Amino acid sequence: MGAATLFVVSLIIFSAMELLPGDFGETILGQAATEETVAAFRRELGLDQPAVVRYGQWVVAVLQGDLGTSFSGRNASGTDRSREVVDLVIPRLRNTLFLASMAALVAVPLSLFLGISTALYRNSFYDRSVNTATLTTISFPEFFVAYILILFLSSLNSVFPSLANVDANTHFGERIYRAALPALTLTLVIVAHMMRMTRAAIINLLASPYIQMARLSGASPTEVILKHALPNAWAPIATVIAFNLAYLVVGVVVVEVVFVYPGIGQLMVDAVASRDIPVVQGCALIFAITYILLNLTADIIGIATNPRLLHPK
Amino acid sequence: MKTDPNTYSALGEVAAVNERRTFWVRIVMDLRKAPLTARFGMIIILCYALVAIFAPVLAPYGEAEVFPEPYAPWGSVYIFGTDQIGRDIFSRMIYGARNTVGIAVATTFLAFLIGGVLGLAAAINRSWLDQFLSRSVDVLMAIPSLIFALVLLSIFGSTVTNLIIIIAVLDSTRVFRLTRAVALNVVVMDYVEAARLRGEGLGWIMRREILPNIMPPLIAEFGLRFCFVFLTIAALSFLGVGIQPPTADWGSMVRDNASLIMFAQYDLKVGLTPLLPAAAIAVLTVAINFVVDWFLHKTSGLNDEQ
Amino acid sequence: MLSIKGLKIQGFSDEKWHDIINGIDLTLHAGEVLGLIGESGAGKSTLGLAAMGYTQPGCRITEGEIIFDGVDLTKLSDSEKRKFWGNRMTYVAQSAAASFNPARRLIVQTTASTIRAGIKSRQDAYDDAKQLYDVLNLPDPDNIGDRYPHQVSGGQLQRVMTAMAMSPRPDLLVFDEPTTALDVTTQVEVLASMRSIVQEFNTAAIYITHDLAVVAQMADVIKVLRYGSEVEEAPTRQMLTAPQQEYTKSLWSVRALEKPQQEVQASVLSLKGIDASYGAVKVLNNVNIEIPKGSTVAIVGESGSGKSTAARVITGLLPQNSGTVQFDGEYLPPELARRSKEQKRRIQMIYQMADTAMNPRQTVREIIGRPLDFYLGIRGAAQTRRVTDLLEMIELDASFMERLPGELSGGQKQRICIARALAAEPDFIICDEVTSALDQIVQEGILKLLMRLQDELGLTYMFITHDISTVNAIADQVVVMNQGEVVEQGLKTDVFQPPHPDYTALLLSSVPEMDPDWLSNLISKRADAGH
Repeated sequence: MGAATLFVVSLIIFSAMELLPGDFGETILGQAATEETVAAFRRELGLDQPAVVRYGQWVVAVLQGDLGTSFSGRNASGTDRSREVVDLVIPRLRNTLFLASMAALVAVPLSLFLGISTALYRNSFYDRSVNTATLTTISFPEFFVAYILILFLSSLNSVFPSLANVDANTHFGERIYRAALPALTLTLVIVAHMMRMTRAAIINLLASPYIQMARLSGASPTEVILKHALPNAWAPIATVIAFNLAYLVVGVVVVEVVFVYPGIGQLMVDAVASRDIPVVQGCALIFAITYILLNLTADIIGIATNPRLLHPK
Repeated sequence: MKTDPNTYSALGEVAAVNERRTFWVRIVMDLRKAPLTARFGMIIILCYALVAIFAPVLAPYGEAEVFPEPYAPWGSVYIFGTDQIGRDIFSRMIYGARNTVGIAVATTFLAFLIGGVLGLAAAINRSWLDQFLSRSVDVLMAIPSLIFALVLLSIFGSTVTNLIIIIAVLDSTRVFRLTRAVALNVVVMDYVEAARLRGEGLGWIMRREILPNIMPPLIAEFGLRFCFVFLTIAALSFLGVGIQPPTADWGSMVRDNASLIMFAQYDLKVGLTPLLPAAAIAVLTVAINFVVDWFLHKTSGLNDEQ
Repeated sequence: MLSIKGLKIQGFSDEKWHDIINGIDLTLHAGEVLGLIGESGAGKSTLGLAAMGYTQPGCRITEGEIIFDGVDLTKLSDSEKRKFWGNRMTYVAQSAAASFNPARRLIVQTTASTIRAGIKSRQDAYDDAKQLYDVLNLPDPDNIGDRYPHQVSGGQLQRVMTAMAMSPRPDLLVFDEPTTALDVTTQVEVLASMRSIVQEFNTAAIYITHDLAVVAQMADVIKVLRYGSEVEEAPTRQMLTAPQQEYTKSLWSVRALEKPQQEVQASVLSLKGIDASYGAVKVLNNVNIEIPKGSTVAIVGESGSGKSTAARVITGLLPQNSGTVQFDGEYLPPELARRSKEQKRRIQMIYQMADTAMNPRQTVREIIGRPLDFYLGIRGAAQTRRVTDLLEMIELDASFMERLPGELSGGQKQRICIARALAAEPDFIICDEVTSALDQIVQEGILKLLMRLQDELGLTYMFITHDISTVNAIADQVVVMNQGEVVEQGLKTDVFQPPHPDYTALLLSSVPEMDPDWLSNLISKRADAGH
């Protein structure tokens, strides 16, 4: 199932190239666009071959780690300074993964704790206030949260830098310091979503009849939670986590732009603005694969923890 | 009250026949019982709607009018100062309500039209059409929508029409899923079968039997989808690939004035300037979320038990 | 052992507190079984749970005392009460399937409370559980505990739940409608096991049910509840033979309805050689049914027998693979879409659950008026007149026209469904378990109504049911179905008398009767026959 999805998704991303208006060759080459250079460009991109063949070549190339060549760098001076997309993407990807992991490491345990505790103490003051706070946070656009944080933690009180410049040589501690604000933004956004979904899943679970039965058979509230609710909670919680990690993948884009963090999100946005299609395709493919993988993991965990499927009749 | 045959509820037994109150009386009663957050939300939404509709009347200057004073401080002439080119921020904020909110509303409507009709069709058909549509939607949803939108916008360019169509199509997938799910619950009811047995046509069944019974979740979803669309358009504009200048739009306004934030330590008001459009976005979304949350809580008939 | 005095319980719904229990007294001695009967809404389950000191979320005890072995449960805190639960008092729920944790093995759940309360060590508890499984007649008692809930059948789960309730050897056991969800033939086994185990361990028990015949088997004393108050209480034999109150007498009288035999006319509907399947699964196998004009033919069988499927074939919702359906001389096309409006009009259907059979957003007028408009083209003032006539026919007055289904009681809803079917002026009506979801007294009303309408309008009914006493009340002919095949068809009197094909014998003998000794007799008969 996942494989089929991946296939179709790759088709869609590939067809991005197909849909470009005919004169893009001239646009890209700019002043260097003469009839011969445009034709050469098209031949280089293989546009004179039928689509199916090209798709096949593209897939083979991708599997070998070749995502094509960026459009940028083919400028008026005629020299071809274009770079391999892969070279552009890999270091950025590493940065983004670092940022995302920072956020996830804090966000996941925090939201699980908040989600479960608010579900247990439902309708208490604690629950209601946390609920209102998270409802407010999920309504904010990410850049709003980001700028508020910048305002308070960077502009007014210089705790953290507002521009997260890291590169391959930045030392680990320094990295964390520079990436603190973007990570914090991401964490706030993710925690809000994940906590609400966890809470809803747990409440749903607690309403099951076998929970009442457990209470009636004398189990203490702790025992009810640990022995009866929790074993059945893994599937919904795993789904929530995977879904939100996938959401993280998207939220990263905006955050990177706000903080000018050299990640794959910012790369993609720049590429979109300059209509550098191969880079856009490469980034999109990576995002899509991550997203699909995460959702697939959630499904697998759901299956693996379902007693009906584990122990068939 | 629902009576689930597998569980026993004392409350289900006792809560007998309800008195019928007229539609309007019920609405007033509901409003009176609404919590503070929901009431706050509704007032906010009303204000935004008024500003969007009466924008030309309310704004002191035109949205693209340029004055020779870029980055002017807040004052009596330009209430919130001017932006990097010299346009009055206050007026642009007001027009921004009309543009950003207006585009989001149009997009949400389109998404609902596409997703709703297809969702109903899939629920009624329940065989080949359903399979085909569901699989297609699964695939479309496999790509995060922001990313997908970026890809499509890079190909087709960022005009307002493209923006509306692309986001509407991407968002209609979620509307499809919801419509299909709630319609499926209704479609298996005996009264729908009774209508089929009579020989009622498809149109009748959709209009009179199914639609009235799925309205509450759809209305709530409309609110939520609007928020999502609204935030996505704002994010895209912020990234520079959404609504293009000189159209006043809150997302791109944040981007234009972002650098001002570092001046907050010297002049707080100047530092707050880029936050104003962002706050405008945030406040509307929060308001809608409060109202939808209350609405869902009411219509799902949950009892707040321990 | 247990003494409840002047108990009042209220429940919170629709913004108000409603009375659920209005001052009830109850006394129970060790080894005694008290049967609590009443219709839904009478408060039986609430009382049963209250006997354990448990109130459901949203409920509160406003008055009264619940004294269990000298301790007043109303005055204890939750953690103190928890010491009793699962230990000296246990509970058997209505739906075993929903009440077991799907992620834990059966034997673990059976012994959990016993081990927790320290009554037995783990090994002892497990051994004891296996013995209980054996006493309760579960297959493979030594190993069945290793399974998960979804791996055993409904009847078996109910018995495991009984074992779970018995494991700590409680002083009080509350059975809450434990066999309501089971087939009649399974019910017999479970009832026998429950009764023997209660007697063996001399436990005090409260048995809650709405089925009179079942309570006659299980209880020593019967208490009748209505609207949260007690109507009558008496030892079983006395209650059955000489009930005092009018209400109690009316409960008993439902089973007395019987339709006199009529002469047989020509068939108006006949099914010949019907084979049908859902996808690859065959659900009907060579089914032949004849339904004479003006009569009521009851189709009897348990779940999965194919009776509802036969109805779907007749209406055209499930086209048959082979065989013919003949209505009033002409062959009906298998698919609904190919039938004419007239053909559709003359065959109408009434459903089991009136809640889901009517669109909750349409008024009674719209519900009944639509067939009038659609089939007969009657609109406007003429329609209003006709709807009033129909309402009168179903013994409701014209004020019901503007009501929504949510504002009606169960019996009223079913009557509206009947009126909707009548509006089309059909010749043939399929009644699919139409009384199965209703209380006994309401059932009687609906059945009487249907019979009257049949007399007045010359209707033919195909009545699908699993309840034998309903069959007795209204049927001229009976068709017995089992697993997609027709086991027997004939006049009611013929089918109900021996000799029977095996399945019919099993089915008829499994139906509980009002005789308190019925179960004991049946068990010994079956034991003799080597069952």
